[in-house]
Amino acid sequence: MDLFTFIKPKNELENSDDTDTKKPYVPDEMWEKCPECGTLLLTTDIEENLRVCSKCNHHFRLNARQRVDMIADKDTFVEMDKDFESANIIDFPFYDEKLEKSKKQSNEKESVICGTCKLGGIETVIVSMNSEFMMGSMGTVTGDKITRAFEYATEQRLPIIVFTVSGGARMQEGILSLMQMAKTSGAVKMHSDAGLLYITVLTDPTTGGVTASFAMEGDIILAEPKALIAFAGPRVIEQTIRQKLPKDFQTAEFLKQKGFVDKVVDRRYLKETLKHLLKIHNYGED
Amino acid sequence: MSAYDKVTAARSTKKLTSVDYINALFGESFIELHGDRCYGDDKAVVAGVGMLNNIPVTVIGLEKGRNTFERMERNFGAAHPEGYRKALRLMKQAEKFHRPILTFVDTSGAFCGIGAEERGQGHSIATNLMEMMALKTPILSVFIGEGGSGGAIALAVADEVWMMENAVYSVISPEGCASILWKDSSKAPDAAECLKLTAKDLFDLGVIERILREPTADDHKMFESLKLLICRTFEKNLAIPGDELARIRYNRFRKIGKQD
Repeated sequence: MDLFTFIKPKNELENSDDTDTKKPYVPDEMWEKCPECGTLLLTTDIEENLRVCSKCNHHFRLNARQRVDMIADKDTFVEMDKDFESANIIDFPFYDEKLEKSKKQSNEKESVICGTCKLGGIETVIVSMNSEFMMGSMGTVTGDKITRAFEYATEQRLPIIVFTVSGGARMQEGILSLMQMAKTSGAVKMHSDAGLLYITVLTDPTTGGVTASFAMEGDIILAEPKALIAFAGPRVIEQTIRQKLPKDFQTAEFLKQKGFVDKVVDRRYLKETLKHLLKIHNYGED
Repeated sequence: MSAYDKVTAARSTKKLTSVDYINALFGESFIELHGDRCYGDDKAVVAGVGMLNNIPVTVIGLEKGRNTFERMERNFGAAHPEGYRKALRLMKQAEKFHRPILTFVDTSGAFCGIGAEERGQGHSIATNLMEMMALKTPILSVFIGEGGSGGAIALAVADEVWMMENAVYSVISPEGCASILWKDSSKAPDAAECLKLTAKDLFDLGVIERILREPTADDHKMFESLKLLICRTFEKNLAIPGDELARIRYNRFRKIGKQD
């Protein structure tokens, strides 16, 4: 055996099949391609930038916990009702399988997490929906968790911040999902009548029964740049009216122009904006 | 009758529409009121005031139209945001005068189109849900045909919801459901079965209070007993203080899908 081959230091990153040693090997997960501008970005850089593309400001999608981490003070989030799980109440085909798959994929039990946290030292209730769980669809458990979060905020006289992302009411629970629109709206109304602040943060995409209920009921409605916000999704509309839709139709910016969104906020300034709004409403003054 | 037969019956153009019910129940006493005071008057929503026996009532219906001309004019019962806002304006007016509210639901859904989105279809439905839940006056909803998702519930946050035996109420159309589930909208009859959308299904699920025998146009006896039934319900609920009534209404929905 040749001595030099033997002592050649082994490079961890070296691809054993790749004999061309001049080509550096980088594992896939170190890079992510921006779906908007196509720039290759270092994953660590994206993370540091709250998952916003440094080149074109595209906001990558976040899951429910990433959203909470983004605005909650460190280690202050206390989750409520975390063991609630959906059941196949109306015996809908493939629903059990779909639930199992979603649980595995998202590592969550439902399409929403709720709890309390501190934001810049101010106590608040927080609700965060999850696009990784059945596209954030609203079933009975989703609706019930959100209702309970509002009821808790009303009892404790706390403000509430809700991050929405949803494909709408969950078809697999039939009419019972539709009823959650009324139920959550009732809970929002009670919180509102108690003189408490509700801020909605609409994220990509917020559609259907969620848009037509609590998403549009905030005292202040914020949205992430370019987020799709709709009652009927663009494809459904195109199929119905057989017409091409205007440019930027149903984006956050479009809704702001039409008067349905108060402010489009870059994710990197969101925590500051929320804190400021809480302070203006006299929270955190004790 | 299969679930899809019910869907077909609910969509039948021969069916009585909101205007028919209003004429039969209110007769000459009905005065139609128009407009949302913001944008326009949506003809998919017919609304006004009238007397039901000796009770003044605000009545609001989703109207599909009774012939081709009317159907075009009424946009086939698919309301725009201004339709839901007209309804809310008149419901608030009813609350002011402590008049009970009667709604008739018959729609394939809220209209989806450019104008509807631009003027906030989601926002208009959301506002109705929130405000109806807290109205301090009795509300009764009667489903007379199709109850299509968000566009239907926007007029059905009520103390009681009744359905005609051949009416349906669903989160999504059977065609839409089939195309998502099996990528084949022709499987709508199977989807209709799965969705549990018939009056009987909804009664069993605790979502509605009463199933009614469907009247024909000249069935005066049936309309008389329907009138009596509605009046009795209103009298019962008018006796309950407004705050208490709103609380009972919230609990009616609160219990659906309650986890603890």
